[in-house]
Amino acid sequence: MAVTTPEPAKKTNRIGLEPTLYRGGKTTLCAGCGHNAISERIIDAFYEMGINPKNVIKLSGIGCSSKSPAYFLGTSHGFNSVHGRMPSVGTGAVLANGTLIAIGVSGDGDTGAIGIGQFVHLMRRNVPMIYIIEDNGCYGLTKGQFSPTADVGSKLKTGVVNDLTPIDTCALAIELGASFVARSFSGDKKQLLAILKASLSHRGTALIDVLSPCVTFNDHEGSTKSYAYAKDHDEPVGEVSFVPFFEDISIE
Amino acid sequence: MAPTDVAAHDGPAHPVNPRITNDFSIQVATVNGSGSQTANLVLLRSLFQMGVPVSGKNMFPSNIAGLPTWYTIRANKDGYVGRKKEIDFLVAMNIETAKEDVLALEAGAAVLYDEPLKLSTVRDDLVFYAVPFDKIVAQVCHDAKLRRLVKNMIYDGVLSKLLNIDLGEMEHALRRQMGKKTKAIELNLAALEAGFAFAEQNLIKRDPYWVERMNKTTGMILVEGNAAAAMGCMMAGVTVISWYPITPSSSLPESLISYMKKYRVDKETGKATFAIVQAEDEIAAIGMVVGAGWAGARAMTSTSGPGISLMGEFAGLAYYAEVPGVIFDIQRVGPSTGLPTRTAQGDILQVATLSHGDTKQMMLIPASVEECYEMAMAAFDLAERFQTLVFVMSDLDLGMNTWMSNTFTYPERPLDRGKLLDDTTIERIGEWGRYRDVDGDGIPYRTIPGTGGPAYFTRGSGHNERGQYSERPDDYVNNMERLARKFESAREYVPKPILAGDLDSDIAIVGYGSSHWAIEESRDQLLREAGASTAYMRLRAYPFTEELEAFIDHHQRIYVVEQNRDAQMLSLMRLALSAERGAKLRKVLHYNGLPIDARSITDEILAQEGITPQKRAATAALVGEK
Repeated sequence: MAVTTPEPAKKTNRIGLEPTLYRGGKTTLCAGCGHNAISERIIDAFYEMGINPKNVIKLSGIGCSSKSPAYFLGTSHGFNSVHGRMPSVGTGAVLANGTLIAIGVSGDGDTGAIGIGQFVHLMRRNVPMIYIIEDNGCYGLTKGQFSPTADVGSKLKTGVVNDLTPIDTCALAIELGASFVARSFSGDKKQLLAILKASLSHRGTALIDVLSPCVTFNDHEGSTKSYAYAKDHDEPVGEVSFVPFFEDISIE
Repeated sequence: MAPTDVAAHDGPAHPVNPRITNDFSIQVATVNGSGSQTANLVLLRSLFQMGVPVSGKNMFPSNIAGLPTWYTIRANKDGYVGRKKEIDFLVAMNIETAKEDVLALEAGAAVLYDEPLKLSTVRDDLVFYAVPFDKIVAQVCHDAKLRRLVKNMIYDGVLSKLLNIDLGEMEHALRRQMGKKTKAIELNLAALEAGFAFAEQNLIKRDPYWVERMNKTTGMILVEGNAAAAMGCMMAGVTVISWYPITPSSSLPESLISYMKKYRVDKETGKATFAIVQAEDEIAAIGMVVGAGWAGARAMTSTSGPGISLMGEFAGLAYYAEVPGVIFDIQRVGPSTGLPTRTAQGDILQVATLSHGDTKQMMLIPASVEECYEMAMAAFDLAERFQTLVFVMSDLDLGMNTWMSNTFTYPERPLDRGKLLDDTTIERIGEWGRYRDVDGDGIPYRTIPGTGGPAYFTRGSGHNERGQYSERPDDYVNNMERLARKFESAREYVPKPILAGDLDSDIAIVGYGSSHWAIEESRDQLLREAGASTAYMRLRAYPFTEELEAFIDHHQRIYVVEQNRDAQMLSLMRLALSAERGAKLRKVLHYNGLPIDARSITDEILAQEGITPQKRAATAALVGEK
């Protein structure tokens, strides 16, 4: 007598959705780009927190970082908007529909240079959205020019040394009264995931500046945004974890 | 600044019939910030209440206090409400400009002036009335600090007596203007009456201008175009408004704020059903509109030329990504500093092709306050129907000045939300693609985030029918051709031009926007003074509709009247029309910052027609004999 075993239950999250719904298109960024790791963590965070992708909007400006919303949450509406002006698009969208969960992805040039004005006013208004800066200290898509977050003395591949002080987007956000400010590293899976989950529980702007090395233009000796530099200078001051509030399971 | 040209007639300088009733202009010259606006609006409204057609135009500097300002009220029994170049009655309150203003008047005009200005010695061909404003105000207002503010009501009182404007109507207008400010009403009423009494006791009427009651304003309202547009936006169901302060646009969002707070707050919860953001700049203002429109709201912003320039980048993205939104452009003279407070129709070409790449933007062009209201509603419907930005091209003259109008009608049609994907559509079309042209009109179906429909990724130039990233040449060309087809489809939906006049005449006029009123009056002048009958087409939208081509084919010489230097609408027409049709177009331009007037149009058209002043006089005499 043949015994049929039931098919193993498909893996789902707490709202019954499968992981594939949280995946996006295939990345076109460089292999090893920090941004890809961040996309993976976003997928994990939204899946594990049980956020319905249908209620999510993904927004970005222009640049390598801003391409990445196409690579996560493929069943969410996305908007790759204008260089440095994503905060206003996000602001308009959440004003139109206050139930939307907005996640914006920007870069250090997109935020710190052309978009510094809109960044400042987003922080000031505390618009409910997650705002991630994928920070690699350079313009990748235009082949490696310095961005305003590049450190003094850091060196381009071509040997050009940066002689301007960087804009610290986190310090600026705090000065502007931002209600959630974090800095992480694309190579630190555990910490970044915890921060992303926490940001999903925050009502207001959640700024997350993520050091995200550019493997092509800014991962060499002399760069302060390289994997090697980040690992050498990573000094954990404490464990970052997040325990979400879910309703208690009660047994009668 | 006062007008300098002389009406073309060979008759006597002083009219044979000394009584000119309900046909004159009053110009009040004051110092900016001296509180003259109340007195001017009371004067305007009291004429209106007497049934006399009126218009009020404020010529103000880019300044809060101290620089000269002129307010012109035109009363006209025939209903002409465009600016009149000639000033018939000057109220000279500003020492800075008084002499120059008086020198610019035509012989026979009247001047009411503040006595210390001693203007009566300047010319001997005018009628002068000296009024000791400071002495009179001191008697009625004991608080010296307030005198400056109530002083202006005195000229209203004097004019009431001299022109036969009912004092009761003035009082009524004043109470309406002041609302519940009892003390202010008392003071101003006293000044008004003191002015009247002074004129009664001291002035002998020597000018020919009189006001008599008529019934030509029954059932009408007085309103500014920006307020009318704001009402239209509210009626259209706008819920997201973002704006950045700029003259002459600010009064539109500011009016809208007051209306929305009054009428669009949920009565049960006390919560606003809308969001209004004063943005950090015009780039953010349009960014919010694009975000909100994409997320399903009816969203708008309002600005003027410099703001439009800043919005260029987003306007291109909205065109390519197909996001609805409404932008009011209250046009003015170009960059600040200088003439930001003067009117123009100077953004036509810029807006028509606003942004990088191949873009075509839709424009609606209101000519009246009523159309400001109606086109605000039409703009939101068109924006959603065509999933694109719609620009409403008003201007300073229309937006900020006070116009008579019929009352506005409550909207009867339901909102047109355009092509939104729903279950029945999916059944009909099979596979959905965000940018697929299912119906052949170039308009795709869209889904709105958060409503459960299939998602898509919005981006600029590189996408295929399904909304996927693509850099393929064929995908790009297909999309661009569909966008062109969509724009073409809009020709059937935009407001059609209005035709008037002698449709068999050789001479035709094409105009648009606030120039309309001066064109109407000019057409009467052309007929009366040169026997030239004209056909007239008033454009109301871009893209142009087929009526324009038929109109051009039907006439020989087409004068395109506009308020800019470079004949922007004419140029846009030439881009859209065949060379033969384009060759028939002639320029009539007015761009000195003041609203266009009939006389300027008439003179220019007659000059281009080769009709000399002598011929005109002969014709006028002939018409007069008949």
